[in-house]
Amino acid sequence: MTVLDTPTPTPTSSPADARPSAARAFRAILWRDIFVTGKEFWVFLAQVALQPLFMLFVFAKVLNAGGYVTDSYAHLLLPGIVALTAFLTALQTVSFPLIMEFSFTREIEDRLLAPLPTYLVAVEKLLLAVIRALASAVVMFPIGALVLGSAPWHSDGVPLLIASLVLGSWVGAGIGLTLGTMVPPSKISVIFAVILTPLMFTGATQYPWQSLDSMRWFQVVTALNPLTYLSEAVRAAVVPEIPHIAPWICLVVLVLSGAIFTGVGIKGFMRRALT
Amino acid sequence: MTPAVEVHDLVKRYPKRDVNAVDGLSFTVQPGEIFGLLGPNGAGKSTTIGVLTTRVRATSGEARVAGMDVVRNAVAARTLFAVVPQQTNLDRSLTPRQNLAFHAAYHGFSRTDRNAKAAAMLDEFGLADQADDKVDWYSGGMAQRLMIARAMMHEPKVLFLDEPTTGLDPQSRLFMWERVRDLRSRGVTVVLTTHDMDEAAEMADRVGIVDHGKLLALDTPEGLTRGLAGHSVLDLSVTAGDGDDPEKLVAALTDVAGVERGEAVAGGPIRLYLTADPATVLAPVIAVLGGRSATLTNVHMGAASLEDVFIDLTGRGLR
Ligand SMILES: Nc1ncnc2c1ncn2[C@@H]1O[C@H](COP(=O)(O)OP(=O)(O)OP(=O)(O)O)[C@@H](O)[C@H]1O
Ligand SMILES: [Mg+2]
Repeated sequence: MTVLDTPTPTPTSSPADARPSAARAFRAILWRDIFVTGKEFWVFLAQVALQPLFMLFVFAKVLNAGGYVTDSYAHLLLPGIVALTAFLTALQTVSFPLIMEFSFTREIEDRLLAPLPTYLVAVEKLLLAVIRALASAVVMFPIGALVLGSAPWHSDGVPLLIASLVLGSWVGAGIGLTLGTMVPPSKISVIFAVILTPLMFTGATQYPWQSLDSMRWFQVVTALNPLTYLSEAVRAAVVPEIPHIAPWICLVVLVLSGAIFTGVGIKGFMRRALT
Repeated sequence: MTPAVEVHDLVKRYPKRDVNAVDGLSFTVQPGEIFGLLGPNGAGKSTTIGVLTTRVRATSGEARVAGMDVVRNAVAARTLFAVVPQQTNLDRSLTPRQNLAFHAAYHGFSRTDRNAKAAAMLDEFGLADQADDKVDWYSGGMAQRLMIARAMMHEPKVLFLDEPTTGLDPQSRLFMWERVRDLRSRGVTVVLTTHDMDEAAEMADRVGIVDHGKLLALDTPEGLTRGLAGHSVLDLSVTAGDGDDPEKLVAALTDVAGVERGEAVAGGPIRLYLTADPATVLAPVIAVLGGRSATLTNVHMGAASLEDVFIDLTGRGLR
């Protein structure tokens, strides 16, 4: 093709041409979700911070007062709790609203009819989940420090901390997308019982993975949970003196599981969006 | 001129189903028309709308909206049509006004444009005073109006309304009809589905009658009723005498002069299609019934309606 063959580009100032673009629709949909999050900010905060906060308080403070755990356990627990919070926030941001929006409320339909490829509506959900998860992690650090009276900090680990939290949130969001498009609304409580609870406690959030050397079977189970790699990476970033899985392994596993769950989740999303 | 809607040999079979929900449908809607799809529950009306609005994947066939192939070019097509579905799908996390504004935002309108348009739409649809209430507080009729207002926010060429007046009281229904005619006068093509004959006859320029996913007839309401033998019908609610049955009664009644044809509507009256004035046919009909000791409980005379057309086409009532 020669230069002469290329059609003259239509002037972009014309509103009719500029108007429908996938990028603008995507931004508007993301803005809708951020707007709604902002409207219900206190609900959001309670939703993400309360449970980990109690966990932190009981395990690191109450048990410590009774002499059952040491001070250093608190510093081990806080990064794990931050990882857990980010992971669960991402997962729940996608899964629960999606289950409702696809069934009872049908709310998502208006966005599915926006002028953008359908899969991008799912991608937007993932992006929103990562944003909310990072926000919750940012909130958890100072609140946790307040509860504990001190917090571990290691400035060299910040890049790893950010990278692992972004990737870990993405994995959580991907699992949320997979669940949200797979689980019918009548089974919503089943998610909690048989999926969320095991995920929470086999994710090496309350214990370092290598401390399980004497419990081989549980160590294997834990190794199958992507959350483990997020917890390990966050601990490697914040409290590197505690033995941990090599960060590069963690990041690779997170990238792989993020890709897998995103793929499966988007497939499920397309199946629900287009009958 | 490019047709507003073109459907050609459209087939949709849902997964794990052994019959086609839409079974070889073809029709064309001209720009500026109000087109009605009339059919009983499960006829495939919503499925057809679903394909045309890119929410249902066609099994085979072609579908175009405003010249745009909705199967191959779904994203571009979405700027050209809007749809008001059968069930409410308003965004309950947003106020009614925000529902309109965000919809316009998804379609790329600037902030000033969308706020101005939202205000104008709320006014037009009589919702200005409740514009900032909770969507949950809206009655069914208000929600329906809000959904049409939302649909119009991005200035579609074709508007699909899936059973727009089901569940509305007579007054809201009139309001809705008025709004739909308004839209047409502004050049919007309207495709609506209904299982209400009167609505189809009242609203639509042309009506397609569908059943089991197939198009049975397509014409203006007048054209459809004109095609029916005779212009009047006689409905007889009859209890057959001992040893007699409705089928035999119908056969006997068809022999009366002026009766072109008759049928026993399942669970309903005997319906006679007349070529003569009902008044002149009534006396001999009663004589026949009396001769077979059948009890006549009710008589209704009338002009053939779309309902008769439907019964004629399918051999059963619409509801
Ligand atoms: N998602 C689906 N999965 C499987 N079958 C479906 C689905 N949606 C509709 N059907 C079937 O397809 C057929 C046509 O349904 P459709 O909703 O198009 O009918 P309709 O004419 O809109 O009826 P109604 O007047 O009740 O709204 C029905 O037999 C229905 O059971
Ligand atoms: Mg329907």
